[in-house]
Amino acid sequence: MKKDIFKISNEILKSRLIVGTGKYRSLKETAAAVKVSGASMVTVAVRRVNILDKKKPSLTDYLNPKKIKYLPNTAGCFTANDSLRTLRLAREMGGWKMVKLEVLGDKKTLYPDMLETLKATKVLVKEGFKVLVYSSDDPLLAKELEYLGASAVMPLASPIGSGQGIQNKINLSIIIKNAKVPIIVDAGIGTPSDATIAMELGCDGVLVNSAIAKAKNPILMAESFKNAVVSGRQSFTAGRMKKLFYANASTPSTGLI
Amino acid sequence: MTRIQLNGRKLELNGRHSLATLLKKYKINDKKIAVELNGKIINQNKYKLIYIKNMDKIEIVHFIGGG
Repeated sequence: MKKDIFKISNEILKSRLIVGTGKYRSLKETAAAVKVSGASMVTVAVRRVNILDKKKPSLTDYLNPKKIKYLPNTAGCFTANDSLRTLRLAREMGGWKMVKLEVLGDKKTLYPDMLETLKATKVLVKEGFKVLVYSSDDPLLAKELEYLGASAVMPLASPIGSGQGIQNKINLSIIIKNAKVPIIVDAGIGTPSDATIAMELGCDGVLVNSAIAKAKNPILMAESFKNAVVSGRQSFTAGRMKKLFYANASTPSTGLI
Repeated sequence: MTRIQLNGRKLELNGRHSLATLLKKYKINDKKIAVELNGKIINQNKYKLIYIKNMDKIEIVHFIGGG
């Protein structure tokens, strides 16, 4: 069988599970969950250094950016300009070209502002960034991001941090069928079974944060997600049976007494 | 006395400071951060060369956990 390789732009990732590093109880727990998840890439945010707190431990003390790939994200940005500023600073800090663009449009739903997202994508691609773009689950906009040069498109399953799972399988399936770049489901995954469904639909990967960080036992949940993503991918690759309307006996009737 | 705004906070600095000495003053590891001076990103190897002026707005950022 051909080896199943997950590649974004020219970057090969060992795991199809990408995890976020927010919302954990401590940095120690973050590091432990990331390790167990098997993820080779994590999302990180860019924020002001607390100049008064000199002892505050930093994320890089717990997650070595030389060992695990940092994917700087623009969480909290509501305009194209804010997100560009954030990612330029991130590039200066780490020298990474691969980034996640997320331009929010509404505080309540954290739904992406796609007009600003398209604008920012265009500029980032021109500046040489490899952009993974958080997107609505609109098939036409997903395709537009691909045309603009996005390295991957990341449609939401449901609102960020809601844990509502995949709410529009049809749109997601259309996006996957049309895509020539990796499709990574981002936002809204609540349980490992949601991740499995995303992978069975044919997604190339999933990004999970809250569902692991907010679990009662994040470390065990991280392992469950690891298995769920592998399982979903295997299922997709194996190809599911055809659905039948009526029953079809599993045991042959020949030789029946 | 140099009045500056550092990470949104108004501060007064005594004596002449470069970006490098400012980072040292606040015990910030210059390998883990990025600096923006009046809206412009400053390359790491220029921290020693750039001196802070009155009314400068400085942002020092780092990576934190996020989704």
